[in-house]
Formats: sequence, C-alpha cells, structure tokens
Amino acid sequence: MRSRWIRTTLAGLMAVAVVGLSGCGNDSTDTPSPPSAGGSSAAVTGNVTVFAAASLTESFTEIGKDFEAANPGTKVIFNFAGSSALATQINQGAPADVFASAAPKNMATVTDAGNGTGTATTFVKNQLVIAVAKGNPKGIKGLSDLTKPGLKVALCAEQVPCGAAAKKAIDAAKVKITPVTLEQDVKGALSKVKLGEVDASLVYRTDAKAATADVDAVEFPESAQAINDYPIIVLKKAPNAAGAQAFVDYVLSDKATSLLTEAGFQAP
Amino acid sequence: MPIALLLPATLGLLFLILPLAGLVIRAPWSTLPQRLTEPGVLTALRLSLQCATLATLLCLVLGVPLAWLLARVQFTGRRFVRALVTVPLVLPPVVGGVALLLVFGRNGLVGSWLDDTFGFTLPFTTTGVVVAEAFVAMPFLIIAVEGALRGADTRYEEAAATLGAGRWTTFTHVTLPLVAPGIAAGAVLCWARALGEFGATITFAGNYPGTTQTMPLAVYLALENDLDAAIVLSLILLVVSVAILAALRDRWIGST
Repeated sequence: MRSRWIRTTLAGLMAVAVVGLSGCGNDSTDTPSPPSAGGSSAAVTGNVTVFAAASLTESFTEIGKDFEAANPGTKVIFNFAGSSALATQINQGAPADVFASAAPKNMATVTDAGNGTGTATTFVKNQLVIAVAKGNPKGIKGLSDLTKPGLKVALCAEQVPCGAAAKKAIDAAKVKITPVTLEQDVKGALSKVKLGEVDASLVYRTDAKAATADVDAVEFPESAQAINDYPIIVLKKAPNAAGAQAFVDYVLSDKATSLLTEAGFQAP
Repeated sequence: MPIALLLPATLGLLFLILPLAGLVIRAPWSTLPQRLTEPGVLTALRLSLQCATLATLLCLVLGVPLAWLLARVQFTGRRFVRALVTVPLVLPPVVGGVALLLVFGRNGLVGSWLDDTFGFTLPFTTTGVVVAEAFVAMPFLIIAVEGALRGADTRYEEAAATLGAGRWTTFTHVTLPLVAPGIAAGAVLCWARALGEFGATITFAGNYPGTTQTMPLAVYLALENDLDAAIVLSLILLVVSVAILAALRDRWIGST
C-alpha cells in the first residue's frame, strides 16, 4: 500500500519533471517555418521571448500586441525587470531571443560575454525630469531648488541607470543634493513621490508621463547631459532567431518609434 | 533508519545547503581581505546587527504579552486575532512596507500626527528600519511563544495562584521561566528574520548608507554591478549571524 503510494508519487514527480523539461526545451525546437509565399518580407512564427528593461513595460506590451497582429502565429513573451538583472539572467543561460536594455552598460555586460549577435542598435533615448507632487506645491523649478533645507529628495542609487544619469545631471548643474534615500530602481523613486514621502525625485520622463495622475514633471536643462541610450539586440543563443530579428526590426520601425515617442521617449 | 525518511531528509539538507555552497565556491577569496575592510561594509553590518537586535527587543516587549493573551485568555474573536497576527507572514514584505507607509508615512494616519505634533517622521530613519523589521519579524516570535505557552503545564500557574501569587507575580515568576526556551527560540527566529529583511525596509525606510542601508540592501545594490561584492557581503552576513546564533545557543539552551 505504502510502496504503491510512493510509486504513484514518484511517477507523478517524473511526469512533472518531463513536462517541465519539455516545456523548457520547446523553444529550442521551435524553428521558424519557412517564409510563406505572399506573406510579409519575413514571415515568422512561434514564441519570441523578449527580455526588456522595466521602463519599457507599458510601451513594449503595446508593441508586442501590434507585432503579434502583424505576424499571425507569433507570440511575444516578455520578461520585464531591471536591466542588470536581465543581463545576469541572459549570461547565466536564460532562453531569451531579444534583449532591450535601459543602458549601454548592461548591454555591454551581455555582448562582452559573447551573448549578442552583431552590434546593439540604439532604438530610443530617455531623459530625466524632476517628479513632484501634483500641482508642484513646493514650487520646484530646477535642480538648484532641490538643495533647499527641509526638502526631501529621493534619487536612484548610482548602481542603477537612473541613478548614474542623476549623478551626471547633478554634477553638470554643480549643485549638491543630499537625498534621504537612494532607491533601487526608478519605480521606487517615483512611488516615494506618489505616496508623498518625498517632495521630489529624479525619474525618467517616461515614468513621470505614465504617472501623470499623481505627479507633475519639471523639465530641467542639465538633463541633456545625462541622456540614456536604450540599445536592443538579437541574442546569440536565441531559440527563435528569425522571430527575434523580426521583432527587433519591428521595434525600429516608424510605427513602433511613434508609439515610443508618444510614451515620452526620444527617437535616437 | 527507514530509507523513506533518510532519502527526503538528505535531499532536504542538500536543497538547503547547496546554494550556500554555491556562494562559498564562487566567492572571490583572493580579494576578500581588502573587500572586508571597505568602510561601507562595516557600516552596513553594524547597522544590520543594531537594527535586528532593537527590532527583536521591541518584538519581545510587545510580542510576549500578546502571545500570552492569545494562549491564556479566552475572548471572543480570539481565532480571528490569531489569524491577524500571521498577516505579516503572508504579506509580501514590499506590500508590508507600503502598508507601513500608509500608516506611519509623512501623510499616513499616525505618521501625519507624529509629524504635526513632534515634527518627527519615521521613513528614511534608522528607527524606521527597526519598525519595518519588527513588523515583519514579530509573528515568528509570537507563534513560537504562544506554542510554548499552550504546551506548558498550567498546573504550575494554578499552584502559584493557590499559594497566593497574583497574576503578575505568577506571570513573571512561573510562566516566563517555564516558557523561556520557547521565548529564546522565538527571539532567535525573530532576530534572524529581521537581519535578512529587505522588502519592507527598502520600501518603508529607504536606502541610505549609514542611516538605513542594512546588509541585505547593500547586497541587492552590489548585485547591480558587482556580483563578487554581493557574494562577499552575503557571506559576511551569513557567517556573522551563524556565529552569533551558535554562541547564543550554547549560552541559552546549553550545548546539545
């Protein structure tokens, strides 16, 4: 009785393991079907797995839907996270087709490890703004206003792209800002403003734009010194190389670019 | 020993220690000494130990009486309160941090009163770290102490009462010594959980070196661009906490 129970359980576990493994392997056997006559230039099918920076969440989700509509039979699977986490995952062998990074540095992590194909293409740029509470109650007009005593400021930590950009812009403005917190990502810095815990934070224009219900964005000239390039690349071990290339081409198309600029990005 | 127990036990042990072995194998041993002496590392370590200890003390002061209440006093809705106590266990710590902000934040229910009355705000302060850690870690203490109390023989307390001891005297002289091992175990769990706390801390207290940047926060940020540094920081936290727990175990519970 007991041994039968164990056997059944083991069989179940094996089944799970097999299903799991085949699930993982599926992508690699998903070779793109040959281009069908009369289809668009490069008809592709199957899953396209895209690892993209967290700041691309809203716009890439849209672009993914458009891409699927333009290429019937394809499915875009996104993994949105911080660029550095994504770069680590890719270098550790995650089965991704495309990598879209929020900073060239994290792209370099992947290409230096030999995991990219060709050179990465910059598809958009992003710039910092000062996010303040709706209606700007503290009357913040520029970076120098952030040095006022009693004013609470959140910045991103220098280790993450938005923090590196903030440091560049602050250095360019030659001001000394003492933040109360160094957030681990741009969404963290933004949420501190949303919740009213800080009076201002430096975030990307796109993030401020996505949160217009809660925050106002104050543009400042020094942000031009800290423009962030977003590179995209087809990965070397892409299980669906043709699909990956088609997706990258689509992101670089006019249609996708206009969608991205609408979200607050700048064309490269 | 039955193989049906030995096999899963071995697998369980491997599952728990293999990631640790991974850290040890991958650690950059050659540069370890110079990384250890970096000033930021010691600051974060000291802050971690301080905050976890203070959080544990706070949990002891508030949690032991609460555990006693749950174990010894019959009142309507006790089961519901018992379920409420475990909320921080199920809540993702980041959500716990947001919840704390909504109450103790600058615009929070209690926080705005604190700010108006005393000009004091919890977020972005070391006290804020202690509060976040205590919130997340307290259930571990309460559950351990409540379990010990419910397992303890109430006849000792009854005997003390018949001999004329008041409820307070009974509690301090009979009940507490009786469940001391349970309290110690709960405090250790509580301290360990507070030491590793990340989500609620970074959400509620933020991250600033020397004020609110504890070791887990430093590890997370180091992971962004320096895997080796992150591994070193993790190992330090691990070694120090295991050493402290081992030392305390010998002192409190006696080496077994």
